[in-house]
Amino acid sequence: MSRIANSPLTAGTRSLIPLSSALPWLIAIAFLFGLPVVFPSGSALTIMNQMAITIIFALAYNMLLGQGGMLSFGHAVYMGLGGFFCMHVLNWVENDGLWLPLPLLPILGGLFGLLFAFLIGGFSTRRAGTVFAMISLGVGELIAACSIIIVVFFGGEEGVSGDRTMGPEFFGIDFAQQQEVYYLSAVWLIVSALAMYLFSRTPIGRIANAVRDNEERAEFLGYSQRNVRWISFCASGFFCGIAGALFAINFEILTEENLNLATSGEILLVTFLGGVGFFIGPIIGAVVFILLKTVLGLYTELWALYAGILFLLTVMFFPNGLTGLIAMHVGPYKRGRLGVLALPYIKMVGPLMVFILSGAAVFEILFHSREAATGEGEMTLYGLTFSSHGILPVAVAAGIAIASFLLLHRLAPQLREAWDAANPVDRRS
Amino acid sequence: MSMAEREAERAAAIELHELEKSFGLAKIIHGVNLAVPPGERHAIIGPNGAGKSTLFNLITGKYSPSGGAVHINGQDVAGLKPYQINRMGLSRSFQITNIFPKMTVFENIRCGLLWKMNYRYSFWHLVDRQHDLTERAEEILEQINMTARRDDLAGMLAYAEQRALEIGVTIAGGADIIMLDEPCAGMSTSETEYIVDLIRQVTAGKTLVIVEHDMGVIFNLADRISVLVYGEIIATDTPENIRGNARVQEAYLGSEDGH
Repeated sequence: MSRIANSPLTAGTRSLIPLSSALPWLIAIAFLFGLPVVFPSGSALTIMNQMAITIIFALAYNMLLGQGGMLSFGHAVYMGLGGFFCMHVLNWVENDGLWLPLPLLPILGGLFGLLFAFLIGGFSTRRAGTVFAMISLGVGELIAACSIIIVVFFGGEEGVSGDRTMGPEFFGIDFAQQQEVYYLSAVWLIVSALAMYLFSRTPIGRIANAVRDNEERAEFLGYSQRNVRWISFCASGFFCGIAGALFAINFEILTEENLNLATSGEILLVTFLGGVGFFIGPIIGAVVFILLKTVLGLYTELWALYAGILFLLTVMFFPNGLTGLIAMHVGPYKRGRLGVLALPYIKMVGPLMVFILSGAAVFEILFHSREAATGEGEMTLYGLTFSSHGILPVAVAAGIAIASFLLLHRLAPQLREAWDAANPVDRRS
Repeated sequence: MSMAEREAERAAAIELHELEKSFGLAKIIHGVNLAVPPGERHAIIGPNGAGKSTLFNLITGKYSPSGGAVHINGQDVAGLKPYQINRMGLSRSFQITNIFPKMTVFENIRCGLLWKMNYRYSFWHLVDRQHDLTERAEEILEQINMTARRDDLAGMLAYAEQRALEIGVTIAGGADIIMLDEPCAGMSTSETEYIVDLIRQVTAGKTLVIVEHDMGVIFNLADRISVLVYGEIIATDTPENIRGNARVQEAYLGSEDGH
C-alpha cells in the first residue's frame, strides 16, 4: 500500500474514485465481512473485536507518531476518557431513558476524545520533540492518578460497567450477540481507517508531514507549526475516542487500566512493531500483537517476553517495522528477481523454526522449574513430557538452539549474496 | 506629482530602523538603517561574521530585535512569528538547503502553495484532487526547469538541483518580497551562472534581497548593494559606486585576497 512519505501522485485522474485506489479498500471490506464466516467461534470473535479496536487506536496514534512526528507516552488517556464517557452514556441510556442507538455511540466517544485532545493539545503541542513527549507522559500520569481520586467519573478501583443491550433496537438488532458487536466494530473500523487515510491526503495532512520533516521551513511557508500539530492532535484524539467507545461496547467495563502508562506504552509498541512510516503499518502491528497476546497467550504465560523480543529485534534490525520488512521485497518483486531469494529463504526456514522453538524451550523450562508448584516437576512441551528440574532438559534445548543458530550463521552469506543479486545497485549517471 | 515623488511616497518594501541585535554580551548588529524600495534587487555583502545571516533572520522573524524596528510594506513586524511575516508577502530561502527531503519535488512545491492558495488548515479537501494546486505547482516546476524531476524524492537530488528547488519553494507562494540567503554557496561556476539566471527570471518584478559571497553574482544581479561590516552598514550604493568606494575596498574587498 502507499507509503506516507512517498505516495503515488494520482493527480490528473478525472474519475470520481479510481478503481486502483478503491480496490484495497473493497478487498478489506470483503475480508472483514467474511472473517466471521470462517471463524465463527466466540473466542475468535473476541480476538477480532480486540483487533479492530487496537487497529483504530494504533492508526490514530500513528497520526501523531508517523505523520506528525510527535512521540506521545500518554495516548491511552484519549481512548480511555472516550471509553469512560461512553460507559456513562450507556448507563444513562439504561437508567435515564436517554434515546441513543448503540451504533452511534462511537461518535460521542470520538467527540469526547476530541474535546480532551483540544484542551490538552492546547499546551502540549507548543513544542515538538522531547518537550512534547514529557508533557504527554506527565498528562498520562496525571489522568491515571485522577482515575483513583475522581470516583464519580472513573468509578475507583472497580471502574465503570454497563450494559450495551439496553438502548433502542437498531433495525431489530439488540447487540446481545458477539457477532453483532463484531459487525459494528468492523463498520467503524472501515469508516475510521478510511477517514484517517483521507486525512493524510488533505492540505493539513500534507503539512503535518512537512512540519514533521522540517518545522522551520513550514513556518516560513506561512504555517504555524503549533497549530498544525494541534489540529493533528485533535484529529488523533477523535479517533482514539472512537476506539474507546468500541472498547466500552465490546467489554462493557472500563477501569484504570485503560488509562495507564502500560496501555500507552503498548500502543507505542504496536505501532512501532508494524512500522510508523506506512499507513498500514499500525494495522499489521495490531494484528500481530493481538495474535501474540491472545493466541500465544493461551499456550504460555511468557507471551509478553516473546512480544518484547520481537519488538527489540524489529527496532534493531528493521527500523521500518514489519511493514518495512515486507516493503523491502517490493523492489525485487518489481524487477522480477524475487525468485532469486526463494531458495535461500526456504533453506533458512527449517533452522529458523528450530532455533525459535528451542530458544523458547529454554525459557519455558527455566520458567517452569522456578514457577511450578513443588512436587509438580513434570512439564509437557511440544508433546514431550519430562521433568523440568535438573540441568539436562535445559542443556539439550540450549544445545539445539546453539546448533541451529550456527547453521543459520553459515547460511547467512548465501542469503546476503542472493539479496545483493536481487537488489542490483542503482547506477545513476 | 512626478513619478519620482510618487515612488518616494510609497512605503519601502523593507525598512530597517536603528536595528540592533545582541546575543548575551555580544552585539552582532549595531543600529542598521536601510530602505529597500519595492521592485529593487538589493544585495547584502560583507566578510564572514559580519552579521549578514543575523540580519536576514531579524527581517524574517526568526530572531526578534534587541532594539530598533523592522517594517515590511510599511507595517511594523515587531513580535510577529515567521509564519505571520510570510503571510504578509515575504518569503525566504536558507543558507543551508532547507527543503522537505522525504517528499517528492512536486510535493515540496505544493507545500509552498497551500497557504497562499487558501487551503490553509483544510481537512475537507483532498490535495490530489485540487486541479488549481496541481497546475500551479507544475507551472513552477516548469519555471525552475525541474519538470523531469517531478516525482523524485527531494533528498535524492543533486546539490545544485536542491538549491534550485529551494528557490522554487521560496517563490511558490507568490510573495512579492523574496529573500535569498547565499543561493550560490558551494556551486561551480556553471551552476552559479544557471542559478543567477534562474533568480533573475523568477524574481522579475519583485523585491529581492540577496546575501551572497560570490562578487560576480552580486555585481551582475543587484540594483544596489549594501556592505555590512561588523554589524554596521558602511555603504549602500549602486554596484559601480560600491566598486569605487574606498572604505568598502579597505574594509571588505581588500581583505578578499585571503578568502
